[in-house]
Amino acid sequence: MNIGLEHYLVLSAVLFCIGLFGALSRKNAIVILMCIEIMLNAVNITMVAFSRYVTPTQLTGQVFAIFIMTVAAAEAALGLAIILALYRSRAKVDVTEIDLMKQ
Amino acid sequence: MTALVFWFLAAIAVVASLGVILIKDIFRAALFLILSFFVIAAFYVTLYADFLAAVQVLVYVGAISILLIFAIMLTREVKQGNLAGNAWLSFVVAALFLVILIFAIVNTSWAKSAVAPEQITTVAIAQQLFTSGGFILPFEIASFLLLSAILGAMAIARER
Repeated sequence: MNIGLEHYLVLSAVLFCIGLFGALSRKNAIVILMCIEIMLNAVNITMVAFSRYVTPTQLTGQVFAIFIMTVAAAEAALGLAIILALYRSRAKVDVTEIDLMKQ
Repeated sequence: MTALVFWFLAAIAVVASLGVILIKDIFRAALFLILSFFVIAAFYVTLYADFLAAVQVLVYVGAISILLIFAIMLTREVKQGNLAGNAWLSFVVAALFLVILIFAIVNTSWAKSAVAPEQITTVAIAQQLFTSGGFILPFEIASFLLLSAILGAMAIARER
């Protein structure tokens, strides 16, 4: 059985949903950031697979994947800075206890 | 052969991602995350995206995982990342979303092209990014975004 576009799409859907489940169910903010990275990587696989199978000579999907990586790097840096600042002021990184804006 | 490589890599990727979300010790979870970054770089190689595979290893394995491990070390007292109380609800949401996605993927007829893919992608990506008909404006905006993210991260994480 030949490996085609659908295989890569289903694989990235599985990875995306694993990351989605983790981001919704874990309490540690760092683990949530890691799950978001998994989801972004799954989207990148989709982009590159489309670039390989739909527009093989233009590589637009790969350029999109590079932009996604840029935004992911910025998001990781900012998210971890926020987590460090929170940990410094409240000594916890549990998202169920960080509810200052809820009250 | 290609099929064998794909299923092997897919098994590692799924197991590593499951490890990230299921292992209690967050340092081990981060190591599984690095493994899944490597496997995704290997997927890019199987998709003829050599430049992206190198960028994946440099940016994700080199930079983002180091940043994550730094954050884990700096918040060391909080080793355990427990499941929240609504884990079953999250599972149902994720599983439903997965079913919908797979249904949509299988039932769509994709406009596939039979042309052989580019073998050396670096030149083609550079032409897409830096020629005036390509993505030069988004490229500049992305560099501005990175600069502001650096400044913002420093401003937020600084000791007062």
